[in-house]
Amino acid sequence: MAGALQAATAALLSSTPLKTYGSYRLRLGSAPRSLAGRKGSFLVVRSDAGFGSGSNARTRPGKLIPNAVATKPDASSSSTSSKPGHELLLFEALREGLDEEMARDPRVCVMGEDVGHYGGSYKVTKGLADKYGDLRVLDTPIAENSFTGMGIGAAMTGLRPVVEGMNMGFLLLAFNQISNNCGMLHYTSGGQFTIPIVIRGPGGVGRQLGAEHSQRLESYFQSIPGLQMVACSTPYNAKGLMKAAIRSENSSCALRALYLLFGGGGDGAPGEHVTILTYSRMRYHVMQAAKTLVNKGYDPEVIDIRSLKPFDLYTIGNSIKKHTPRLQSAIIKEFWDYLDAPIKCLSSQDVPTPYAGTLEDCTVVQPAEIVKAVEDLCK
Amino acid sequence: MSAFSATKLRSPSLASPRSPSSKPSFPSSSLRFPLRAVSSDVLTSSAASLAASHPVISRDEGLDLYEDMVLGRSFEDMCAQMYYRGKMFGFVHLYNGQEAVSTGFIRLLEKKDSVISTYRDHVHALSKGVPARQVMAELFGKTGGCCRGQGGSMHMFSAEHGVLGGFAFIGEGIPIATGAAFSSRYRREVLKEQTHDDVTIAFFGDGTCNNGQFFECLNMAALWKLPIIFVVENNLWAIGMSHLRATSDPEIWKKGPAFGIPGVHVDGMDVLKVREVAKEAIARARSGEGPTLVECETYRFRGHSLADPDELRKPDEKAHYAARDPITAFKKYIFEHNLATESELKAIDKKIDDVVEEAVEFADKSPLPPRTQLLENVFADPKGFGIGPDGTYRCEDPGFTQGTAQV
Repeated sequence: MAGALQAATAALLSSTPLKTYGSYRLRLGSAPRSLAGRKGSFLVVRSDAGFGSGSNARTRPGKLIPNAVATKPDASSSSTSSKPGHELLLFEALREGLDEEMARDPRVCVMGEDVGHYGGSYKVTKGLADKYGDLRVLDTPIAENSFTGMGIGAAMTGLRPVVEGMNMGFLLLAFNQISNNCGMLHYTSGGQFTIPIVIRGPGGVGRQLGAEHSQRLESYFQSIPGLQMVACSTPYNAKGLMKAAIRSENSSCALRALYLLFGGGGDGAPGEHVTILTYSRMRYHVMQAAKTLVNKGYDPEVIDIRSLKPFDLYTIGNSIKKHTPRLQSAIIKEFWDYLDAPIKCLSSQDVPTPYAGTLEDCTVVQPAEIVKAVEDLCK
Repeated sequence: MSAFSATKLRSPSLASPRSPSSKPSFPSSSLRFPLRAVSSDVLTSSAASLAASHPVISRDEGLDLYEDMVLGRSFEDMCAQMYYRGKMFGFVHLYNGQEAVSTGFIRLLEKKDSVISTYRDHVHALSKGVPARQVMAELFGKTGGCCRGQGGSMHMFSAEHGVLGGFAFIGEGIPIATGAAFSSRYRREVLKEQTHDDVTIAFFGDGTCNNGQFFECLNMAALWKLPIIFVVENNLWAIGMSHLRATSDPEIWKKGPAFGIPGVHVDGMDVLKVREVAKEAIARARSGEGPTLVECETYRFRGHSLADPDELRKPDEKAHYAARDPITAFKKYIFEHNLATESELKAIDKKIDDVVEEAVEFADKSPLPPRTQLLENVFADPKGFGIGPDGTYRCEDPGFTQGTAQV
């Protein structure tokens, strides 16, 4: 399990014992070890039908990409919550987590643009303002830096705010407060003030939202000390991570994809040939690629790391992977002796995301690229 | 009589434009006309000088105010000495000359109220009750400091005394203050703590008043009627940038009514005037009437920081304000109203000298933070460092308490 957040997630979600929830392992074949990986960048659904408006993450169990090796009969229900048979879409899962935490602790409050009467731009807070009132689900003016700072000040004085950025890119405007105060004040105050704030927001490439709305800023936040960061990828882990982040005494940044494919993937046994690290939306690309690889005779192990800061080096180490350049250097440092081949990192192109759909696709890692990278590594 | 109407909006002895050293590049006709506080919340009865024939404070209050201002001054003077002796490093911003603002406001607060400041925060911390020895030790970077040596001059925090910082970037503290005020209202209305009426004061300078966070927070505070007071310590200079050269309309108090907040201008070199305005603003906040913007005309006798050569400010401007030294003026007031004798005040001076000397001794003797302190306090829950390659939490690694763990 990664950090405390991951462990807490597992604890909060399971009424029955779960298999490794810290990171997924999905067995999809068998072969010797090597590495491939990709970086979080979000994807456009092309190959799968039925994606209506596309601005919400959707998971439809009926159209799951089946695991190549189904290890559990209920593996396809990873989109569900802790109650068996309780199916949710991702934003509903986030809302459920938030609602439960708000009911449990009156100090938990939400602040952000359009979270109250509008119910949230992505409907994560729908109905909560009616239930808890306008002060607990606070509609803020458009002033990210200031209302994030306000959330930090409220956290320092005893509340547990959840600040919602309408888009991860908008959090850039709050970067002053997030970097200087959120991550730092516990330290510069010598431990006198805790800042149990959760800053959350969707981000990454959506569906032709243009460059400014499609930014992948995880690495900016990763360089802030004192801040934990997680990325959810399924409704199941979304709810758990939301609850764990709210209960954590540390400041957390909880990111989610603007656009998620369906297909879950349950737990599985480790693969032998290659480890693919992924998170958030790329998980679904990787699953597709993995399917192809299995058909070609490879045995990839896919791990959805979910915790971006701190990295779960233990689970990762057990499989040896690398995910982003940052993770790459951490892995090289720790596991150099165990690597059979150089680490390969597949990440989004270093260009602003263009509006045109075809160009947008090119900036994002596609399953075919993943397959090729694995094949190259395993030669 | 409302204290707001009692304030003079411009010191009569200072001709306009305010700073003789620089003129605005375009006509600032507003400076030449008589000014009044214009918010409809403010009574417009006739202005009266508070230096009236009867004192508005009791003897005890007077002595408390005097002692607090002398503490601020002596402490800052000692900081300068210690800095030049190599006991403290980095950026140190001294408050000399502005004591009336800190004393005038903060001595009216209760322990539970919150104060948020900038990098010029030593005296705010002292006025709020943080012991001088803890502030000095913090400046020396020792473990006995209020932040265990981890904050330094620009980051004075005290959970016990309600000092929420200490911020290096200007404007950064204003949203924090707004959040503390929001907490106060939340506790009262959502958590139903009926008697909860904590007030928050945010101190910041003239330069900050051109920054977005200032305006964004004025808006939010007014919108939600938060129990907060925005206090502008307008000392006319942001390092080397004259307020008049940086600001289209230099009258900051006027910006409050634009958001529906009463805006008041007060002579920040006069502790009693500041105090009268503060009383009313604090009462407004406590009773739920919402925020107030107070612009205090004040002046720093030293440079922006101890590294600032302070070459741009003209000698006559400095002399003008030196003649309005708040401590000298208040001393005169005390004698005129027979609140204390000279020897009593000298006794206070001596007492403060001892306090400051003792603070230096304490700071000298306090230990330097050991390596073991390095990784503490990064996270409230140190499991936030995650799990290391060996499968155990990094904070359980023996190297963690030695400060040598890899995180």
